[in-house]
Amino acid sequence: MTSVIVSSPYVAPVNSLKRLMIQVIVALLPGTLAYAWQFGPGVLINICLAILFALGFEAGILKLRAKPVMPHLTDFSAVVAAWLFALCLPMHAPWWLVLVGIGFAMVAGKHLYGGLGFNPFNPAMVGYVALLISFPREMTTWYLPGSISGETLGLADAFSYTFGGADIQQWDALTSATPLDQLKTGIGLNIAIDEIRQAPLFGEFGGKGWEWIAFWWVVGGLWLLVTRTIRWHIPVALLGGMLVISSAFYLIDPDIYASPLFHLLSGAAVIGAFFIATDPVTAATTDKGRIIYGLLIGLLIYVIRVWGGFPDGVAFAVLLANMCVPLIDYYSQPRVYGEK
Amino acid sequence: MTSRREITHNGLWSNNVALVQLLGLCPLLAVTNTVVNGIGLGLATLITLILSNTIVSAIRGFVRKEVRLPVFVLIIASVVTIIELSMKALFYDLYLVLGIFIPLIVTNCAIIGRAEGFASRNPIGPAALDGLMMGLGFLGVLALLGALREIIGFGTLFAQAELMFGEGARAMTLEINPDYPGFLLAVLPPGAFFGLAILIVAKNWLDLRPQEKAQAIDPAAESL
Repeated sequence: MTSVIVSSPYVAPVNSLKRLMIQVIVALLPGTLAYAWQFGPGVLINICLAILFALGFEAGILKLRAKPVMPHLTDFSAVVAAWLFALCLPMHAPWWLVLVGIGFAMVAGKHLYGGLGFNPFNPAMVGYVALLISFPREMTTWYLPGSISGETLGLADAFSYTFGGADIQQWDALTSATPLDQLKTGIGLNIAIDEIRQAPLFGEFGGKGWEWIAFWWVVGGLWLLVTRTIRWHIPVALLGGMLVISSAFYLIDPDIYASPLFHLLSGAAVIGAFFIATDPVTAATTDKGRIIYGLLIGLLIYVIRVWGGFPDGVAFAVLLANMCVPLIDYYSQPRVYGEK
Repeated sequence: MTSRREITHNGLWSNNVALVQLLGLCPLLAVTNTVVNGIGLGLATLITLILSNTIVSAIRGFVRKEVRLPVFVLIIASVVTIIELSMKALFYDLYLVLGIFIPLIVTNCAIIGRAEGFASRNPIGPAALDGLMMGLGFLGVLALLGALREIIGFGTLFAQAELMFGEGARAMTLEINPDYPGFLLAVLPPGAFFGLAILIVAKNWLDLRPQEKAQAIDPAAESL
């Protein structure tokens, strides 16, 4: 009788890519529902469309690359990328915008680099940035939350807009700048922040409506932390970095620099910290590296928001930090036991 | 001695300046946002290549090896200056559009590369032909990349053709769909990198396809 020598680990790990992705999707649910509750069902249409197109592109390019299609489609990585991408879009986007963006994300952002696990840049952010640069008008048509305008586009109206059946002019009264946009414009006009924040667009801490969505992203993010789907390093470093730099400038001059809480709860900071920057493929891989990576994104978000040309900078910050990941990983390798 | 056929094939395809040597990428990436810009700069480069190759070949017996590169640069710079002044006189609007990239032809590595690599070692006839073919190869890629980016970016083809071909060419402009929102990324610098990469992939694919087919047949032949 021969005994087979087995090396550790002796307990088979239960984690799989599919399980990980499903956990992320579950964590995204409360925030997504809060989003739909505040801004109407348009975001749900965007998500469904993006997932549909993403799976289509994924299947097409896998076939082109002569790779097995079904295992890759059912690992849900494309679904998560599409979901995050759709959350970045304005709530009512024409269908072709979703198609072009997710197509660029899947083909140029993911598969041209070799597919899942090989892409240096977060595909969802690649798609979003490509759209933001290419279609500034469509990408900056945002809507008021229902708690301000009193009504949001119903499912039928949202559908007819997405598929080109209705013109945007019709709902002109419902469109509006985002709080971060309003803040940037106001500061550009030399209006003090206290005055800018008198506008109905602003809530207690961040943007009205937006701050609630941010709260639910935090809940989802904490669940990811509890289930150990993500580690604490990146979200803590990212939000911590933002908190430190925004507090410093807030203390210098609260008239020109918005409060730290406003920065943390506006725009995509929270969802970026828990869901986007933590993408296991494109983030740094060592613990020390993750902290540097998170800090870098946090600082960059603030720099782009305050001194850059765009009202929010999460996507750009994540892509810039993605670029630094090989360097960060190289210099943050832990010491091998027994070596100097 | 290289045959004419070989020189032609080299310049247009197998040793294409833009797709294989990857030289002169700065103007290639910068001005190809429309076909007309691409053709304009391509023509200027083509003429520069023919003239500089001819002159370099003609004086190749008199120039000492130690000073050849500065002499080549002087010749190329003079030729480019002549072309720049002529374009200013003949196609003023196009000259304004291309701007700094016309004088920058001097720094196009493809030109000094051909002077050093071919013209200085060959008689005038083949040298001029090499300049023509290399220039045509470059022009072709510029025009193709310009067309690709213009169609995707603006949804038009041959926009502003009047800059180069006179007022009569205004009708050449094709508008594919008046409602096209424009895909700005294709017009911006990243679009140039993506476009060039796609063209290189297409060329390599065309080159490798016959080999792959041959390989696919081989195992079957062995099993018989």
